[in-house]
Amino acid sequence: MSQHKLTQLQELESESIHIMREVVAEFRNPVMLYSVGKDSSVMLHLARKAFHPGPLPFSLLHVDTGYKFKEMYEFRDWYVKEVGAKLIVHRNEDAIAKGMNPQDFGVARCCGALKTGGLLEALENGGYDAAFGGARRDEERSRAKERVYSMRDSFGQWDPKNQRPELWSLYNGRIHDGESVRVFPISNWTEMDVWQYIREESIPIVPLYYAKERLMVERGEHLIPAEKGQFLLEGETPKMVLSRYRTLGCMPCTGAVRSSATTIEEIIQEASVATRSERETRIIDHGSNSMEDKKKEGYF
Amino acid sequence: MPNSNQAPDQISAQEVELLRLVTVGSVDDGKSTLIGRLLYDTKGAFEDQLQAVRKDGGNSNESGADSIDLAQLTDGLSAEREQGITIDVAYRYFSTPKRKFIMADCPGHEQYTRNMVTGASTANTAIILIDARKGVLQQTRRHTHIIGLLGLPHLIVAINKMDLIDYDEATFIRIKEELTEFCARQNIHDLLCIPISALAGDMVVDRGDNMPWYKGQTVLETLEGIEVSGHTDEADFRFPVQYVCRPQTKELPDFRGFMGRIASGTVKVGDEVMQLPAGKKSKVKTIVTFDGNLDEAFAPQSVTLTLEDEIDISRGDIIVQAGKAPQIANEIEAIVCWMGEEPLTPRKKYHIKHATNTVKAMVSEIQYRTDINALTQDETAQELAVNEIGKVSLKLMSPLTIDRYADNRATGNFIIIDSFTNNTVGAAMIC
Repeated sequence: MSQHKLTQLQELESESIHIMREVVAEFRNPVMLYSVGKDSSVMLHLARKAFHPGPLPFSLLHVDTGYKFKEMYEFRDWYVKEVGAKLIVHRNEDAIAKGMNPQDFGVARCCGALKTGGLLEALENGGYDAAFGGARRDEERSRAKERVYSMRDSFGQWDPKNQRPELWSLYNGRIHDGESVRVFPISNWTEMDVWQYIREESIPIVPLYYAKERLMVERGEHLIPAEKGQFLLEGETPKMVLSRYRTLGCMPCTGAVRSSATTIEEIIQEASVATRSERETRIIDHGSNSMEDKKKEGYF
Repeated sequence: MPNSNQAPDQISAQEVELLRLVTVGSVDDGKSTLIGRLLYDTKGAFEDQLQAVRKDGGNSNESGADSIDLAQLTDGLSAEREQGITIDVAYRYFSTPKRKFIMADCPGHEQYTRNMVTGASTANTAIILIDARKGVLQQTRRHTHIIGLLGLPHLIVAINKMDLIDYDEATFIRIKEELTEFCARQNIHDLLCIPISALAGDMVVDRGDNMPWYKGQTVLETLEGIEVSGHTDEADFRFPVQYVCRPQTKELPDFRGFMGRIASGTVKVGDEVMQLPAGKKSKVKTIVTFDGNLDEAFAPQSVTLTLEDEIDISRGDIIVQAGKAPQIANEIEAIVCWMGEEPLTPRKKYHIKHATNTVKAMVSEIQYRTDINALTQDETAQELAVNEIGKVSLKLMSPLTIDRYADNRATGNFIIIDSFTNNTVGAAMIC
């Protein structure tokens, strides 16, 4: 009787679909946070599978800091149209008008205003009681203890010491007025699972993930994109470097890696021998506690 | 640099299966060292993550698992690092060319029984750690009892610190016999004892040279060989309906599909099925997925079923094979692991969530509370406090379609929700 076996990717897929259907069935007004990155691409693909042959029963929400890469905006607008999803773009216009940037205000303040602040504002404006996010537990150590349903109080804050236990595949979606949940349907996926699934399902991703000659400056161990609008330090000279991005965030705070991987197959090869985690190129994670602190304040 | 067991050409193998496991034991038993060894030797942790938790701040040239403070790697919350304790279940991921593993790492202290139950509920295999110098302790019996209650199909007991007893075979055999006898009384049928030294690396990933007398498999070989699926095939078909799909679009004006994940068993097009609790019958017309319609589907696939007849089915109903029906109950008895700060008491009302259905329920009686250390039953108990386990009778405000947990792990469980705080306060297994 053992012919009926799923591969691990099929099992992860089924689990994610189950989670998404539970949320749509039990919450009044869900939304899917769409960051344009590879994890978002996978999450959106899973959502299409979950509700096929029906349309997506929720909108996508992109919290835009204004500092994303040009290729991300292009990809976003193309892909959302391609799959027929409804996209809401929200920007913290107040902070943007005040000239918020990581150089003058510091990374923590900039993220706090444009990402966390923008997200909380958007969730409040939309009156959403559930928001899907593409975070994975393997990304960062405070996320290793995150639930699939992450309860947030009326300020969007996370209390790691007061989380609901999650048993079997029963998710407790009962909340009080004003509270909300962040739901992470790909909690159990690893970076490698995401890449393999992108290959198996031919899921489109932003071209920045593929290697090409790009204008970069070397800052310490980081490769920083020297694109228009980038803040360069004194003495930094941009040069062309064959490189790609392992994760995508805001242009001033996302480093590239030297790489010659121009296909998914080559990216998988590279990830399989990688000795450094993908989030190493994300400036926001560093510092003693930063991800946990951000999550407590409302970051996803 | 971590050793990679994965040759790049093997990564693309599509036959990789998923095994969910739970590790139980206290830091003193060397659990962190074992987990670190597995993560390190299978490349489940990255160099920069390891660098951040090196005991000497990363200045050492030593790059083995031994120089890493592994608890720092798994204890992700600041309160844990400050207090040097593990508060919560942490999920860790590693893989070999044959398998991907999702490991729930649970704290071993008594006050955190709730975490162990949580971690074990999704697992197929448990690893319990024992210190070979100390043998079978009260803690071991407690952990084993909970694994038995949660009905995990496989238990591996890693008898650790063999290096500290000169790799003595006689001690290993004595502990193994004691455990085998205990497990026989705890509903655990597949027990495997492995002598290891997590610190020296013996019998975890590599065999080492210290225990030529042990002919069995290493921990990792065992994990790679355990049967992960197939067992749910033999169970009856259970399909809790999550969501009814009615697109009402121009292309699909009349489509009505029942979305859910198959909890157990298999289903084929043409099968006679029944909706419960009302008991209306029909036949499976199509099994719809994004990748095309299927002739047959099985647990744990997520699919959409359409039926031949227009019968009323909504979220919370369960579709089963006609003739293999579960019970429809207004009263249930269950083993409850209590997790709420306020104790469970008779006559108190709660919400319970079973499969895709949430109903109100009232505690009618506490039949007994298990003394988790002596493993005796106290029939005079008037409440279940946090981290206590007992057998409870509940009256349901509306009927549920249930199986016994022993017959069907997927449809035999439910959670208890505090109706006031909305917190999950209990995990229950139907008797």
